[in-house]
Amino acid sequence: MDNHSQPAQDPLIDESEAEQRRSAAARLFDIRRVIGGLFVAYGIIVTLIGVFDSRAEIDKAEGVRINLWAGLSMLAFGLLMLLWQWLRPADPPAPNEQPPGS
Amino acid sequence: MDGDGLRLNMNGLDYLILALYFVTVLGVGFAARRAIKTSVDFFLSGRSLPAWVTGLAFVSANLGALEIIGMAANGAQYGVMTVHYYWIGAVPAMVFLGIVMMPFYYGSKVRSVPEYLRLRFNRPTHLLNALSFAVAQVLIAGVNLYALALVMQALLGWPLWTAIVVGAAIVLAYITIGGLSGAIYNEVLQFFVILAGLIPVTVIGLVKVGGWNGLMDAVGDTKLGEAGLHAWQDTGSTANPLGAHWIGIVFGLGFVLSFGYWTTNFAEVQRALSAKNMSAARRTPIIAAYPKLFIPLVTVIPGLVALVTVKGLGAESGDLQYNNAIPLLMRDLLPNGVLGVAVTGLLASFMAGMAANVSGFNTVFTYDIWQAYVRPGRSDEHYLKVGRWATVAAVVIGIGTAFIAAGFSNIMNYIQALFSVFNAPLFATFIIGMFWKRMTALAGFWSLLLGTLVSLSLYLLYKGGVIHFNSDLEESFWGAGLAFVTAVVVAAIITPLTAPKRDEELRGLVYGMGGIDLKGDVLAGDAVWYRSPVLLGVIAVALAALFYIPVF
Repeated sequence: MDNHSQPAQDPLIDESEAEQRRSAAARLFDIRRVIGGLFVAYGIIVTLIGVFDSRAEIDKAEGVRINLWAGLSMLAFGLLMLLWQWLRPADPPAPNEQPPGS
Repeated sequence: MDGDGLRLNMNGLDYLILALYFVTVLGVGFAARRAIKTSVDFFLSGRSLPAWVTGLAFVSANLGALEIIGMAANGAQYGVMTVHYYWIGAVPAMVFLGIVMMPFYYGSKVRSVPEYLRLRFNRPTHLLNALSFAVAQVLIAGVNLYALALVMQALLGWPLWTAIVVGAAIVLAYITIGGLSGAIYNEVLQFFVILAGLIPVTVIGLVKVGGWNGLMDAVGDTKLGEAGLHAWQDTGSTANPLGAHWIGIVFGLGFVLSFGYWTTNFAEVQRALSAKNMSAARRTPIIAAYPKLFIPLVTVIPGLVALVTVKGLGAESGDLQYNNAIPLLMRDLLPNGVLGVAVTGLLASFMAGMAANVSGFNTVFTYDIWQAYVRPGRSDEHYLKVGRWATVAAVVIGIGTAFIAAGFSNIMNYIQALFSVFNAPLFATFIIGMFWKRMTALAGFWSLLLGTLVSLSLYLLYKGGVIHFNSDLEESFWGAGLAFVTAVVVAAIITPLTAPKRDEELRGLVYGMGGIDLKGDVLAGDAVWYRSPVLLGVIAVALAALFYIPVF
């Protein structure tokens, strides 16, 4: 495809594109922190419930210690999310956000 | 769902898990607020999101609880054939959207799907689509809300109106405050919470029936029988649980219905438009296709488990309807703790569905109706404010519809089916317009209008008993197919009779006209081979085909 031409112009679209420099979207936080946080909290709560599960609860779940397993899995998943964010923080706003020529 | 038969035994810790979720969702809405200065920030997240976020939001926007509960119900009723809704009825269309159509949507900088029609065709086509989309979204938001309230009433014993108001207030708060970023971030969170709720149900269900083989043996002994275990084997005729011939499945479901839904539904496409560059926008629906491949594991399998383990499932009314497959398993199998997570996941999925409708509505209302026809030429702040009020209006109307629905629940099912008749002619108009530069503005308008009228008439004639089909599904195959053909024929007849648009006006909107830059805004790292949209798309389709082998 033709690499150096612009799409058809439209006044309404141009108007909102012109506002792009005021955009505050770069201030958006990283969702991985929230997902990680919530799952770590869920993981801790459910694992603790699982540790103290009674016979009746384990029997209800067909003999599977589901609270323990689900809790540990959620905890691990939450920690992985946090680790991912820590190792690969979000890209800083790139200087070439705008397409060339605009 | 009435009576106390489905009531779950929730304890304080389960409610703590639920409350923690509500608090987090609202917190995400408030925290997203500081990233909103312009209307594009509010409606399209400032086009700044990474592909994995928009991709998961894309799949989550479709993962409403109606979808989860409905697909588990289909699993119990039709068996393994339900996977057609995922592997042929979704994945190919999602990949097509990413590879073929997204360059036009994202490259032309349109802010909504109707806006593409305004640029490609004319204002009447645009207005027709914007109005029908806006009306459909608020009504469907009401359907979602009512379904949410029904489940909360049945499972938790909350009064219907409390559940409606609480559900609506939370969605209202996080979208009005956090805009699309609030909606999308919550959808990503919801995606994981929904899975965290469904996986334990599936695992324990499988343990109970003796694993996969045990399940297969047991399903053979139910009323579904051996036929419930095969996706394609009996499709040479309509004598299979779904009552569908393979031609109907491939062309009706796999082509017209699914391409119509996935490629033109703005509530979905909006997620991709919020991606940070062309590469991320194209990968959005393709990344979404991967979870979509696996979702039948946590919907169809629980449906089959419920069929095997719940005696009498499949009643016409009462607690043992197919729709209660997942709630019944939750009641029977989950101890407190994971039960709280599962209930949270179910409520999360209702909110995901409704939020997608509401955030699609407020954008189309503001950009495509208010800015284009009612109050053009105002400041960006004005439209930002209108967007917030449109959100409030959408939720209030949704509450109204939900209360009406409470009186006429069947009518609401019809309304939802009714709006699906808009998709096929819309897809036909889009696909011809994108690939045939000669197609004129008037042809676009009449294709869309007449195609819609044809599928609408067929639907009404079927509901009125004038025309007979074996099932609703068969009607929708035929309606969609006929609408598609009508739109094509109308375009072919009217185009030669009317004046075409000038080539300059079609740049970036039509295939072969140039003006689309696939690489210009590429970020470092997007060029690596494993982020190639085409490669990822081909793998997704290949996996969908492979997955059919064990259940052929």
